[in-house]
Amino acid sequence: MALAFDEFGRPFIILREQDQKTRLRGIDAQKANIAAGKAVARILRSSLGPKGMDKMLQGPDGDVTITNDGATILEQMDVDNQIAKLMVELSRSQDYEIGDGTTGVVVMAGALLEQAERQLDRGIHPIRIAEGYEMASRVAVEHLERISQKFEFDISNYEPLVQTCMTTLSSKIVNRCKRSLAEIAVKAVLAVADLERKDVNLDLIKIEGKVGGNLEDTELIYGILVDKDMSHPQMPKQIEDAHIAILTCPFEPPKPKTKHKVDIDTVEKFETLRKQEQQYFDEMVQKCKDVGATLVICQWGFDDEANHLLMHRNLPAVRWVGGVELELIAIATGGRIVPRFQELTAEKLGKAGMVREKSFGTTKERMLYIEHCANSKAVTIFIRGGNKMMIEETKRSIHDALCVARNLIRNKSIVYGGGAAEIACSLAVDAAADKYPGVEQYAIRAFAEALDSVPMALAENSGLQPIETLSAVKSQQLKVREYPFYGIDCNDVGTNDMREQNVFETLIGKQQQILLATQVVKMILKIDDVISNSEY
Amino acid sequence: MPIDKIFKDDASEEKGERARMASFIGAMAVADLVKSTLGPKGMDKILQSTGRGHSVTVTNDGATILKSLHIDNPAAKVLVDISKVQDDEVGDGTTSVVVLAGELLREAEKLVTSKIHPMTIIAGYRMAAECARDALLKRVIDNKENAEKFRSDLMKIAMTTLCSKILSQDKEHFAEMAVDAVFRLKGSTNLEAIQIIKKPGGSLRDSFLDEGFILDKKIGIGQPKRIENAKILVANTAMDTDKVKIYGARVRVDSMTKVAEIEGAEKEKMKDKVNKILAHGINCFVNRQLIYNFPEELFADAGVLAIEHADFEGIERLGLVTGGEIASTFDNPESVKLGHCKLIEEIMIGEDKLIHFSGVEMGQACSIVLRGASHHVLDEAERSLHDALCVLSQTVNDSRVLLGGGWPEMVMAKEVDELARKTAGKKSHAIEAFSRALVAIPTTIADNAGLDSAELVAQLRAEHHNEGCNAGIDVISGAVGDMEERGIYEAFKVKQAVLLSATEAAEMILRVDEIITCAPRRREDRM
Repeated sequence: MALAFDEFGRPFIILREQDQKTRLRGIDAQKANIAAGKAVARILRSSLGPKGMDKMLQGPDGDVTITNDGATILEQMDVDNQIAKLMVELSRSQDYEIGDGTTGVVVMAGALLEQAERQLDRGIHPIRIAEGYEMASRVAVEHLERISQKFEFDISNYEPLVQTCMTTLSSKIVNRCKRSLAEIAVKAVLAVADLERKDVNLDLIKIEGKVGGNLEDTELIYGILVDKDMSHPQMPKQIEDAHIAILTCPFEPPKPKTKHKVDIDTVEKFETLRKQEQQYFDEMVQKCKDVGATLVICQWGFDDEANHLLMHRNLPAVRWVGGVELELIAIATGGRIVPRFQELTAEKLGKAGMVREKSFGTTKERMLYIEHCANSKAVTIFIRGGNKMMIEETKRSIHDALCVARNLIRNKSIVYGGGAAEIACSLAVDAAADKYPGVEQYAIRAFAEALDSVPMALAENSGLQPIETLSAVKSQQLKVREYPFYGIDCNDVGTNDMREQNVFETLIGKQQQILLATQVVKMILKIDDVISNSEY
Repeated sequence: MPIDKIFKDDASEEKGERARMASFIGAMAVADLVKSTLGPKGMDKILQSTGRGHSVTVTNDGATILKSLHIDNPAAKVLVDISKVQDDEVGDGTTSVVVLAGELLREAEKLVTSKIHPMTIIAGYRMAAECARDALLKRVIDNKENAEKFRSDLMKIAMTTLCSKILSQDKEHFAEMAVDAVFRLKGSTNLEAIQIIKKPGGSLRDSFLDEGFILDKKIGIGQPKRIENAKILVANTAMDTDKVKIYGARVRVDSMTKVAEIEGAEKEKMKDKVNKILAHGINCFVNRQLIYNFPEELFADAGVLAIEHADFEGIERLGLVTGGEIASTFDNPESVKLGHCKLIEEIMIGEDKLIHFSGVEMGQACSIVLRGASHHVLDEAERSLHDALCVLSQTVNDSRVLLGGGWPEMVMAKEVDELARKTAGKKSHAIEAFSRALVAIPTTIADNAGLDSAELVAQLRAEHHNEGCNAGIDVISGAVGDMEERGIYEAFKVKQAVLLSATEAAEMILRVDEIITCAPRRREDRM
């Protein structure tokens, strides 16, 4: 209805140039949206679980990414459809909030949409479906809470944490050495964690990668790694017990912010200017030396002359260090970032037990290790791997593992993985459905069925008979009501008791998955009119 | 219900079998491309650039070939990438790694068509790679203790590496050079200290290793051509007009006389600087930046040899060999460390004059002068020598060596085969396939040499049935022979890197079940 009339009978236009726009309304709009959402979920479905496959993505500039991380796949896919974009957002918000389960959340949303379509065909109003989903999700989340278990760990006994991280890593290409990587991730998180406040600032963990070597060489460095080398090739390559001056001012004569001109009109002025200039450099270097610094880390470059003066006074220096790295160095060494030479004092220096330069491979790549810092609250995970894509993928996997460890420190509750939690929820939701008198009952049942799709996908990807396996596990769970630990045996270990297999997931991760997926699906269901500009 | 398109206009999506096929075919195409360059009798490729000048490169270095390809297939890019990493990390085996990865994928393709799930193949490959590495570890030779033997090992490795390159005619000569150069480094892997100078003319045999340091520069006019017991100041400073570094300063004068005065002061300033430099008591001054005529004249007057425009690496190397520090300020002559050398002289190589520093304090750095008929030959010679140097410097650190000529592959294949027999389940097919892929390398070497590969490999396999056998393919005589006797050795580190990264790459490609290609970024139309 593009044309309407106001109370005086004058026509006015609601939607301009309607013939140039495509418009989908009512049930058609919902169907189209659902189809788009399902299409996105279908892409990710085969990446779920430990036996999930990877996707190869070729970016707009021809660069290749190989990954099975849901968030990364969707981000790089560069989708055009609006609903597909919503799904991308969904996976991204799971990534921001929890860091893991980005694939699962999209698969879940896809399944919910699929079920919703079936209910729509039955003639149930979309709003009723949305409400039913909402109720069901509440039931599921509560049930998760109930079946969750606290698990105990502390600094000395972090084995349970490692086990959980291993569950996350086992679905990635790095699962060859998941044990060592999980240990690295857990140690890193514990090193920076504030156990009293139950908080972890993941910014303090820096992940660096360098091509070469193999995955087994990946290491955790209690300190900072900077991809820079000493400014002067002849400076010492190793400094013990370093006092570090962290500067954000260049080794150059000052540049006043106000515009000014120094006019030189006599020979005398020329001479004094020259002297002053030399003095500047001398003073700056002297200042660093006076406060007792044995290493200068500078955000800016410095002049050849300053460089030599530093070298001459035996003061090693690193230049062009990025702002983020500078901050990390400051945190790790307990130093202060000094914006002006005048403010440089002995207290503001950072301290590190050892600073050394290390070279790699046959090319002249060097990196600077800053270790044994005063405050070991900043660590670096240094990844090695056969090729660039491998390193990128390892970075993503480690990030996921770090997030999981962090979530566990925040909240010690866990649920069992391998689809066990979903199956338990599905049973609970199904049982709860009968209690609701309205039409929502159907939607709630549909929700329960959608929950089944996650273990189904797991079984499918692992090469098991999906329906057979799922029904077997379900009946097992039903038989022993208080024992919701049966899941899909993806790794072909021989048991489907997830407690024995040590497959955990975090409670908040799972809850978030269900809540986020439900929210997005509700949003999609409520859309009944899609107006888009047709091809220009 | 029509499914709306999800992707942007030009994007494409390939799924399941099709995606797998696309990546297998791409990867195999790349592997086949470089396959014919493998081994001592491998052929070369001509690469013509599309850029201006259509410059031509002739090479059989896998990494160089792959680097110059424009590839659109994502899986092929993975292979190019591993070859590049191999080059950076160990320097040699760049072709082998691609060929092995290609063979692994070829075998995997057969398994996939016979309905074995890629994940099962990966599991099998992993087990096989682990087993193959252990097999190699069992048979490594380590002569680190025995210096003389170690040196001969290195010689043999260098010769093995070089025999597949253009330098194979004079491989002994070059191997000797490379080993000498690497030994001078005393364990460091910093290959920058070895300078390679290419001068067209003469033949490859005329190339030589110089213990001193050669700088590809001319001596200024009117300055001494030969200095004994030189004291060298290595500097990085502006020797034109010293720019005023104080921000916003400018010269503003109101009369011509003033201009002259300022100019005089400027000249005076430069003179001061030169005097300060001279106060170091030097007789040779090497600067990274330009030296203008005026200071050059002043240096000439003082009888000091001044060399301008030595590039940054040249400066660094010079600092390294002569033990001097790179100076930029000259106010404290007594504390600046000067470089020393016994003799500086101008030498002629071919038609060019070069400056030769001999009798330097620290023997770490050295120069290799390559001579050859054309630029192409020289470029290829440099690449080959670089490969050899890389391998050697890595071997100095990790002194484990293996026999060559397809011997390691056969050893691995035998062990892997045995593992396949012991393993239950579908995995054993994948493990068997792994061993077939390993055997493909000696097969290719034989094929490239125009030998009867089927016959030779079968013979080799029979020989390897005996415990502790040293048989490999001797391409020169075209028969199976004892590799230890023929002195064909390879570095363990190279073989290990080839094995592991090829498996890793194959695994990565196998895991893919969908390829999504984004719409290419639109270029701004400049029309």
